[in-house]
Formats: sequence, C-alpha cells, structure tokens
Amino acid sequence: MISDSQRIVITGVGLAAPGGASTLAEFREQVLAGRSGISTLEMRYMGVHPAGLCDFPETKYRKKRENKRGTRAGCLGVYCTGEALTDAGIDFSQYRPERTGVYMGLTEHGTVETENEVYNISQYNYNVDYWTHHHNPRTVLNNPAGEITMTFGITGPHYSVGAACAAGNAALIQGCQMLRLDEVDLALCGGLSECTGSFGIFASFRAQGALAEHTDPTKASRPFDQERNGIVISEGGCVFVLERMDKAMARGAKIYAEIVGYAMNSDARDFVLPYGPRQAECIRLALDRAGLRSADIDLINTHATGTKQGDIEECRAIADVFADCENLRVNNTKSIIGHAMGAAGVLELAANLPAFTDGLAHPTINLDQLDSDCALPGLVVGKPEKLPRAETILNNSFGMVGINSTLIVKRVLAE
Amino acid sequence: MTRDDIKEVILEIIKDIDEEAEFSDLDDDKPLRDQLDLDSMDFLDIVMELRKRYKLQIPEEDYPQLATLMSCVNYLEPKLKDA
Repeated sequence: MISDSQRIVITGVGLAAPGGASTLAEFREQVLAGRSGISTLEMRYMGVHPAGLCDFPETKYRKKRENKRGTRAGCLGVYCTGEALTDAGIDFSQYRPERTGVYMGLTEHGTVETENEVYNISQYNYNVDYWTHHHNPRTVLNNPAGEITMTFGITGPHYSVGAACAAGNAALIQGCQMLRLDEVDLALCGGLSECTGSFGIFASFRAQGALAEHTDPTKASRPFDQERNGIVISEGGCVFVLERMDKAMARGAKIYAEIVGYAMNSDARDFVLPYGPRQAECIRLALDRAGLRSADIDLINTHATGTKQGDIEECRAIADVFADCENLRVNNTKSIIGHAMGAAGVLELAANLPAFTDGLAHPTINLDQLDSDCALPGLVVGKPEKLPRAETILNNSFGMVGINSTLIVKRVLAE
Repeated sequence: MTRDDIKEVILEIIKDIDEEAEFSDLDDDKPLRDQLDLDSMDFLDIVMELRKRYKLQIPEEDYPQLATLMSCVNYLEPKLKDA
C-alpha cells in the first residue's frame, strides 16, 4: 500500500465541451441525455463539414485583447484552468505558485496559426513583411500552458505534452509523476484542441478516407456502427487539478477520484493504423500498476473514433483483456462530442467521472446497427444504464504514429 | 490625410488592439506607452496595421518617432498626405 503522500487525486475540473457545455454539471447532463454536441463548420477551402464547437465565457479570466493576442488553445486553457482552480477551491494560499506545474496535452499546435498567417500574406502577394510578429509566441509548443501561467501568475514549470490523441491522458500521467517526484505540490493537467481552426487537419483526414460525413451532423460521429465513416473533428478543453491525497484530505478538498493506474506504450509499426494487441498490453500494464484485475474495472470509456479499423482494433483489445467481466460496462463519449483530439482523453474522463456519484454509465449514441466486430459485452447504447458497481473507470486514449495510453481512476470513499 | 485624420487613425488602431483603452485624458505630447496599457508587441501591431492600410514601410530606426501621438502625426503627415 503506497502512502497518502504518493497517492494522487483529482480535486477540480474545468472544461469547455463541444456543443456548449462549460461546466461539468452541464456536460454530465448532456452526455446522460445523449445529446449530440456536433454542428457544422464552413471552412476555408473545405466547405461545410460536421464539427464540434465550443461556446464558453471567453473573457471570464482574461481580457478580449489577450484572447486576440494569444491562441484559441490558450483561450480554452485559461478558461478551463480558471474553472478547475475555482472548483478545487484553490486561491494559492494553500499551494505556492512556484510549486505548481502546468502540463497541457496537445495533439498538435501551431497548425491553425501558421495556416492563418499564410492566408494573411497571400492577401499581400506573399510579401513576408506582412507576416505577424505574434507568430512565434503563438506557435511555440508550450504556448497554451504558458498563456495559463501568465493569466494566473503560476511560476512553476509549464510545458506541453505532445502525444497525438493520447495527449490528455499523457498530461495527467505527467502530473502524477511530477507530484510523486516532489517536483511540484499542485499539478494542473489537461488537454486542449483548437483543431477546428485548421483546414489542413480536415483535409488530411479526408485524404485518408477518415473524415466523417452525414447529412445530419448530429449523426456523423458513430463509433461501432456499421455505417460509420470516420472522425468528426472537435475543439475543446478540459483541465484537472491534481494534488496529493494527504494534502487534499487535510484541506478538506472535494475528491472526485484517485488516479490509481496508468500506462503508455508504442505500436512501433504504422503511422496511422492502430494496433489492438499493443493496446491490450497497455491496458494490462495499467491494471498491473493499479494492482487491479480486469474484473475490478466497472466502466471503460473507449477511445473509438468512428474509423473502420480503429474501432475494431480497440474492441479486440478490450475483448481480449476483459473476457467474462460481467460487471463491466463500456461506453463511448466521441459519439456525443466528436473527436476533441488533444482534449479527447480528458473530456471523456470528465464526462464519466460523475459516475462515481450518480452510478450511471452515459450512453453511446448513433449506434443503430452494431458492427459485429465491435459487439462488446456491456456496451451501453442509446440511454444511460445503472452501473452494477461504480468503483473504477478505465479511460483509453490512442493516437497516430502508434501511441497508446490507459488511465484508471477509482472512487475515493469519504472517511 | 489631415493631421486630425491621422490622429483619428492612430487612436482607431489602438482601440482595435485594446477596446478598453481610454483616450479622454490622453496628453498628445507624452509617450503613448506611459499613458496606455501598450507593450512592445502592441506597438508592432500599430506598425503592422499602418503597413496593411497604407503600404507604409516604417524602418525600425524611425520607431522612436512614433512614441507620442503628436510625434506620430508629425512623422506620418508627409507620408500620408496623399492617402
């Protein structure tokens, strides 16, 4: 049994989710109702496509001029961090700003800003005298995390964790590690996505045959369904406050969950195609680290994005590790909010964390004709289900170039 | 452009950078950066906006001439006389 000073708990959540939820309560209501957050976006060169867009009070924690100077990811990060700190009741009287770390997961960064700037100089015959001086500070990879530190006066370390669509989980893992190493006393960990601002990201998925299309945008994101035809790209953000169990208990913090296990590994084989056997290894490693058996997991939030092969690979991995686990329920948040890229893992964890208090698994939507290759036992479809037991959640997030992550959280009993 | 037009343009550009900028007590002969919440990046925004609007290339050595509203007008008046 590890000591409470090495146990890491989540004590605050701030988020902006596709479809307009800007608090955990609103988000939980949306996912339990199975209400799609997907609309459409008209994009330069690309036309109209399904997309998940956020609507949140952008000037709650900093001025409009700072939002103009910074990036969309920075804007999302500042809002989510402000909300998470408020939720956790932290005003830096309990923790020192220099002992606080900011770790933000990003799938990519700088794509939006670069595309916009190239478009800008195209209006001036590609004269680079018109290239903005804001380009470098906007596109350095630590940009969103740095914008957060400037807003809240945090002087500890800040950086981004680049891990494709596993980035949200990777940032949480980074925060756990830094707390356990005593590098920081408070970790602000999350994931951010401004991907909906980039035509190139849409165009690349389309070129790959992996961009979802549907006449009704709310039905475009359909993991596990026979008619699924790709990914719906979303923007979004979610930041968690992480601290050590002993300090959190001592200050009487509200504890959402304990992070009891995690793992990351690499497929080492393909640029885009995921690989189930390596995902299964990642899940098993996380279970081992948590000291849990597969039968101890009550809810799996799948990564499945709605691509043909990706969904099948993950289902194979889950079927392999979780055979005969009758308490287990499985769901998918992307069916409701699309794929929020760097924010996906953390938004999906947030969507499911309230299961520890309401005992429910939110539904997977748009699952009209289940693909037999994705027919996992315990799949929650169409409407929420009461969990037989609500003690543990396992959150999968995988990404391009073969990166896998699994995070396991556990309900903390009030003492 | 008249001197008043130029002054109007500068204030409009600053307002676009910071919509909370307050000009009622602005002293035309004192440095803008001492009176308004402007930093070096904002200053470069003003230079860029003048370039975009009037194809005006302001060399770096001339930047000090844009310090006050009055010096801006003095510096820009001959350059923008036909604008």
